[in-house]
Amino acid sequence: MRKALIEFRNVSFRYEENSPWVLKNLSFTIYENEFVAIIGHNGSGKSTIAKLVNGLLFPQQGEILINGITVNEETIWAIRREIGMVFQNPDNQFVGATVQDDVAFGMENRGIPREEMIKRIEETLQAVRMSDYRLTEPHRLSGGQKQRIAIASVLAISPKVLILDEATAMLDPKGRKEIMDTVSELSEQRGLSLITITHDLAEVVQAERVIVMNQGEIWAEATPREIFSKRKELREIGLDVPFVAILAEELKQVDVKLTKEPLNQEELLEELWTLHSRT
Amino acid sequence: MNNSLIIGQYVPGNSLIHRLDPRTKITIIFFFVFIVFFANNVPSYGVLIVFALTAMFTSKVPIRFIMKGLMPVWFLIVFTFILHLFVTKEGTVVFELGIFKFYSGGIIQGFAISIRFFLLILVTSLLTLTTTPIEITDGIEDMLHPLKRFKFPVHELALMMSISLRFIPTLMQETDKISKAQASRGVDFRTGPLKERVKAIVPLLVPLFISAFKRAEELAMAMEARGYQGGDNRTKLRELKITKLDIMGYIVFILVVAILFVTRMYG
Repeated sequence: MRKALIEFRNVSFRYEENSPWVLKNLSFTIYENEFVAIIGHNGSGKSTIAKLVNGLLFPQQGEILINGITVNEETIWAIRREIGMVFQNPDNQFVGATVQDDVAFGMENRGIPREEMIKRIEETLQAVRMSDYRLTEPHRLSGGQKQRIAIASVLAISPKVLILDEATAMLDPKGRKEIMDTVSELSEQRGLSLITITHDLAEVVQAERVIVMNQGEIWAEATPREIFSKRKELREIGLDVPFVAILAEELKQVDVKLTKEPLNQEELLEELWTLHSRT
Repeated sequence: MNNSLIIGQYVPGNSLIHRLDPRTKITIIFFFVFIVFFANNVPSYGVLIVFALTAMFTSKVPIRFIMKGLMPVWFLIVFTFILHLFVTKEGTVVFELGIFKFYSGGIIQGFAISIRFFLLILVTSLLTLTTTPIEITDGIEDMLHPLKRFKFPVHELALMMSISLRFIPTLMQETDKISKAQASRGVDFRTGPLKERVKAIVPLLVPLFISAFKRAEELAMAMEARGYQGGDNRTKLRELKITKLDIMGYIVFILVVAILFVTRMYG
């Protein structure tokens, strides 16, 4: 049994009184070293979850526990030490004048000594493969590079959880893949829990568990493969089904017998050629 | 993306002047501004000119960059000279031009003031030419530190300055994008009467302001998420260090001041 790291207990939240509830009686648990994807269309409440975890917002009802500690006004600073967040817009989270200043920002806030900072900057920039850019100004970096710096600055404070809140939404497909590869590799190396919040189904394939949000409630909680098989229902709640899943569906309709739900092109390819040798 | 974009006028380099601590540079320039007004004869001006020109050549900043910095004030320098020429009525008449009489005092006074102006601009622009804006910010933050006791928000001020500096290129890129977007919708920024052109700026400024506010909100949230709680208990990555070079800089400056006062008395 893994240790629970983030626990939502009957959490309800709305931005203003009399406005509709954004989250309704939400309960779920995320464990240590787990990779969870939270997915939902715009307005499903998925980004609110990230802000609640970090104490940027507080729930009206229910309780959120991080590592066994309830999130409230007194504990937020301790809790923010454990949680690293990467947001959507690469520009609007870059505080420093240069790459190394930005990586240092979070450490400066925590009062980490200078020598330690220099060591960790070196280390984390290497981890995201940006060592050559230590003194570069942000306007000379691409969006993907800025997001990698954002990840480095989060890693520098060695958190327990890394939350990506639509962190790849503003990147091109190549940058998107780079970020996801970097992140999943790093979380494995460092034993981080990883939560990615997205509306893009293609991004959840690497996750161990997927939580699908719809209108402030958990609509489904399953492995990526199980989620991918519910194409029709996903479309009904406004999510784009990836091309591979659509193709698999069409193939099934013409009586091609696939043994498992393919998550990406390679898997589908594997299925098809083994199928051919089986028949 | 505009890669030639430079904030301020900083010219990268590794000269002695570049390597001086920003606090040293700011202090020396601060006192130089006062000292300039103590010069009262040819040798004392000579001392100041030699000091400023030596600093300029040591910095190895190409002359054209310095000239660019002087450009806007050129007019002012010439104007004050001419003004003194016409207004000051001291000394002997040097020559007459119609109803105007030019006095020797006017010419000397005009020269003196122009040289003062020139020296002030030259030395202050040397600061911005050899120091990055962020170094200047750090220097000012450190020098204002004693004011913290009087609840003066030193850290906040410095952070505000460094964040604005960091966002200048971002907002410039954005302005470029918006102006192209608006131009594609038929807004004409370049031709037409002045009134029309000023009006055309409105559809540029409104989206720019909206996005700047949105950025501010998101940045504040990101900063909080990264554990920012104000200046207390914070460590700093960028460190200012007074080196031997700075001590030498101070000694040179003190000697210059001493020589200046000697020439003032005996010149």
